[in-house]
Amino acid sequence: MTFLRKKDRVLPGLPITLGFTVLYLSLIVLIPLVALAIKSAELSPAEWWNTVTNPRVVASYKLSLLTAFYAGLVNLVFGLLLAWVLVRYKFPGKRIVDGLIDLPFALPTAVAGIALTTIYAPKGWVGSLLQPLGIKVAYSPLGITIALIFIGIPFVVRTVQPVLQDMETDMEEAAATLGAYRARTFFRIVLPELIPPLLTGFALAFARGIGEYGSVVFISGNMPMKTEIAPLLIITKLEQFQYAQAAAVAVVLLLISFGLLLLINILQRWSNRRLRTAKGG
Amino acid sequence: MGGIVTNPRAGKSKPIRPHLTEPRVVRYVLIGIALLFLGLIVILPMAAVIAEAFRKGWDAYVSALSNKDAMSALKLTLLTALIAVPLNTLFGVAAAWAVTKFSFRGKNLLVTLIDLPFAVSPVVSGLIYVLLFGAQGFLGPWLSDHNIHIIFATPGIVLATMFVTFPFVARELIPLMEAQGVQDEEAAVSLGARGWRVFFKVTLPNIKWGLLYGMILCNARAMGEFGAVSVVSGHIRGETNTLPLHIEILYNEYQFSAAFAVASMLMLLAVVTLIVKSILESRMSREEH
Repeated sequence: MTFLRKKDRVLPGLPITLGFTVLYLSLIVLIPLVALAIKSAELSPAEWWNTVTNPRVVASYKLSLLTAFYAGLVNLVFGLLLAWVLVRYKFPGKRIVDGLIDLPFALPTAVAGIALTTIYAPKGWVGSLLQPLGIKVAYSPLGITIALIFIGIPFVVRTVQPVLQDMETDMEEAAATLGAYRARTFFRIVLPELIPPLLTGFALAFARGIGEYGSVVFISGNMPMKTEIAPLLIITKLEQFQYAQAAAVAVVLLLISFGLLLLINILQRWSNRRLRTAKGG
Repeated sequence: MGGIVTNPRAGKSKPIRPHLTEPRVVRYVLIGIALLFLGLIVILPMAAVIAEAFRKGWDAYVSALSNKDAMSALKLTLLTALIAVPLNTLFGVAAAWAVTKFSFRGKNLLVTLIDLPFAVSPVVSGLIYVLLFGAQGFLGPWLSDHNIHIIFATPGIVLATMFVTFPFVARELIPLMEAQGVQDEEAAVSLGARGWRVFFKVTLPNIKWGLLYGMILCNARAMGEFGAVSVVSGHIRGETNTLPLHIEILYNEYQFSAAFAVASMLMLLAVVTLIVKSILESRMSREEH
């Protein structure tokens, strides 16, 4: 690409587009995020530490992380299944099913939230069936997990699907020719290839789940220490005018998200490299 | 591709060769489980929205939508999208042009920073503006001296929406324009075309579907955003309520069918978005081949 560099300047518009990009990025994203960091620094280190290690705060982090983690695990399995079924099999209505995968991206979270709550509430379509079994979904961590499964499923399907589509079938063919059973071929040949996109999808769904608010807040019941997610706790602090404390809780949440973003970037680079070497260059 | 290259959607339905697939029973069971999962998690909620919306009949449905507060929420939602989407589109095009047509130091950092809002919790996206412009925020005293209202007013809602929808258009355009390279534009320049003309006559026709794709997704998120907007809105009825916030208020007041009636409108928006998206996707893949 280096030989292009001199020629690049033939095209017009670098100063104005780059200038506008940096200005807009700074105004909308960077300055407000810096303001968050500065606000949380109004607390002394001891106050800061006490805020983020307060039992109620820790409980909310734990809840957000754990429910997002479990939802990610469920999506790992069903996301792989959906991607597999959509790429490898034929069935009527496949295009519609494929389109529906994106619904959680497009549906406003508040709509998802009230709909899921209604279904899984004790008197709801599904909730009333589970109630006699002693399973409480709405207003429990299980309900939060279900909302996060809804929010996260497209991430796993949409990262695995393209890799599965581009995957050569030569190796599977060879394995079949050599007499390997189909299940063995899947676990030894196909699955290892899918590990990077699966992990990426999991990390994306996990990251989204930790910060999710709209779809969760209706179904969670919002009991402090029990079903209060971290984003909700930020709002509670804000409503009590504890701005600096709200900022401190938010900073920890942000650091977790950024750490995951970094991990996702590394995973994607790994996945791309593997794909390139698999294709011989 | 194993000797089978047919139409652009070929990847989606490779011919099934018996030794490379599972026994029929296994296939049917897997398809069944996948559809059951999708039914429980995605389709059932959609059905619930429709069922609840019409529970009290058509008249109640219509009156929930034509209600004064619902109308003002709709107006604010449209206004917000009308400001946020064009601005983020302008930004997306400018950023994609700078990033894909030139090389400069710090480019990777810039691309990472553009993606940043995706990693931020919606609640935090609202919080940062409260800390900046709220009564106790950095600029709060100055703003109140000059009688400018940002938080608990329309500008705050627009800003929070701009933040959460910030990367959508840029994200779509950067890979697309990267793949298209600079040859077309350079040819146009060497033939004497200047500035804007190069963009409108050469670049824009190449990226139009991708651009529209990004704008559609940006719009869906802008109209549906809840968490970020909820933090900055103050929930003043008839003034600072968007449609998603209006749904929350109705729901918390146990006006369930009204809440679901408004929700059904937003669901319609989501379904239309998905249909347009899938049309654009097939256009793009057709042009690629």
